[in-house]
Amino acid sequence: MTNYCDKYIVLKSIVIVTFVVDFQLQNNMLLINSISQFGRYCLFMRRVFTIPDRWRVFLQRTLQEVSKLGVDSIPLVVIVSLFIGAVITIQMQLNISSPLIPAYSVGLATRDIVLLEFSNSILCLILAGKVGSNIASEIGTMRVTEQIDALDIMGVNSSNFLVLPKVVAFVLFMPVLVLLCMGTAFLGGLAVAWATDLISVTKYVYGLQAFFQEWYVWYALIKSLVFAYIIATVASFFGYYVKGGALEVGKASTNAVVSSSILILLFDVILTKLLLQ
Amino acid sequence: MIEVKNLTKSFDGKTILHDVSATFYTGKTNLIIGQSGSGKTVLMKSIVGLVRPEQGEILYDGRDYLKMNAEQVKAIRKEIGMLFQGSALFDSETVLGNVMFPLVMFSDMSHEEQLERANFCLSRVNLTGAENKYPSEISGGMQKRVAIARAIALNPRYLFCDEPNSGLDPKTSIVIDELLSDITHEYNITTIINTHDMNSVLGIGENIIFIEKGHRAWVGDKNRIFKTSNEALNDFVFATRLFQEVKDYIVNHGE
Ligand SMILES: Nc1ncnc2c1ncn2[C@@H]1O[C@H](COP(=O)(O)OP(=O)(O)O)[C@@H](O)[C@H]1O
Ligand SMILES: [Mg+2]
Repeated sequence: MTNYCDKYIVLKSIVIVTFVVDFQLQNNMLLINSISQFGRYCLFMRRVFTIPDRWRVFLQRTLQEVSKLGVDSIPLVVIVSLFIGAVITIQMQLNISSPLIPAYSVGLATRDIVLLEFSNSILCLILAGKVGSNIASEIGTMRVTEQIDALDIMGVNSSNFLVLPKVVAFVLFMPVLVLLCMGTAFLGGLAVAWATDLISVTKYVYGLQAFFQEWYVWYALIKSLVFAYIIATVASFFGYYVKGGALEVGKASTNAVVSSSILILLFDVILTKLLLQ
Repeated sequence: MIEVKNLTKSFDGKTILHDVSATFYTGKTNLIIGQSGSGKTVLMKSIVGLVRPEQGEILYDGRDYLKMNAEQVKAIRKEIGMLFQGSALFDSETVLGNVMFPLVMFSDMSHEEQLERANFCLSRVNLTGAENKYPSEISGGMQKRVAIARAIALNPRYLFCDEPNSGLDPKTSIVIDELLSDITHEYNITTIINTHDMNSVLGIGENIIFIEKGHRAWVGDKNRIFKTSNEALNDFVFATRLFQEVKDYIVNHGE
């Protein structure tokens, strides 16, 4: 297991490095390779994390964001998890069907893949596309139509006012999405067990429960919180500093998704090393 | 009164404002005029603090804006109302929500008082019956009026308008101009308006600053603008075909 984990990490690092180098050649906007960009991000964060002017307004906006960023993502999470859960189960069955390995291993392997990687990293990569582009384009549009200037002129701390509710809402709602993802992925696998004769339902369910390590669920939740924070803040950052017009808003939203995806992969490696070894 | 002294601002090594000085009077409509790209917006954004100039002083009734700390800036900003070129209404709020916004954020009024004040501001700009529409559902002229209502909600001492007439037909433009002029006199506000519209200049130009390529090239009022010997200003004033033809007519037929 440890050996497998090590190889996995090395492989993943290689993928990230190639991705970064390749992307850097095409685009110098890349967040993690640009020190000045990182400095600006830190200053931005300092202004985001201040006391809101009006708590009532802040709570109201946070609830709106929970609905917009969190609840509205539920259908996507359910559909993706259902299908990927089913696919993982089928693939596990095909890969480890051997008389030497007990049949319930299919359930066990499916469970561990879903808990360790799919329900957090992969899910967040998918959500980076949906939520990240949503946040970046919304804030970017407000920037190019001078709505952010209008806030600043009134004396509102625009970064705090616009970004903090999004970060708080998305980070708080993320565990719900992760748990939902785990549940529906197992259901997807169950549907395969029930509808086909690849594996019996009882063995699959037994496999899901066998040698269960609670820590894996915590590990998934911790990672997902970090990823949610990355998605919300990086996307807000790219949107907030858009210059130009509609075209630039589109570019910023693409950059936000690419950068937050890379950061998610990077932190996936770091957190896995820290939390699982 | 707002005084601007020796303001200089450049972007990426290119100087946009060269040593601009000007005085804007209380209770008057002060106009900043000039061609597109001459630096009017940059000048206005420097005065309100959205752009930080490299050099110069900005005095709000004697208070030096550039030397203030964050708290003082915040306090001054509550005395400022601004109308942006594209209206800059919040898309996600209704017309009423937009006008209520500054009241909700900064006043200590009860909800009923806020509603009353917002409705008063909307009626002041002659806009009633559209309270529950969203900005995307109303016309450009109506958007400007909502933006004016939002800008005056907190009784500002200083009102800034960046091209309030851009994108409007001549008739609506005059309505907006007159509204701004009325509000200025009624509440004794220091109003600064960016424009390149000669109609506005002739209608409400009580104190006019002419900017040419980032230099302050002329100061005066609407009565003196035709008698100027400043060549650039003459070019600007007589740029439209209508004014050109009137000028030719006068030259040919005597006064
Ligand atoms: N943020 C900016 N960065 C770089 N150049 C700018 C910026 N804002 C304005 N400029 C330049 O300053 C000049 C004056 O612009 P502006 O003040 O918008 O003109 P206008 O008189 O039409 O309002 C233009 O040449 C514009 O390109
Ligand atoms: Mg302009």
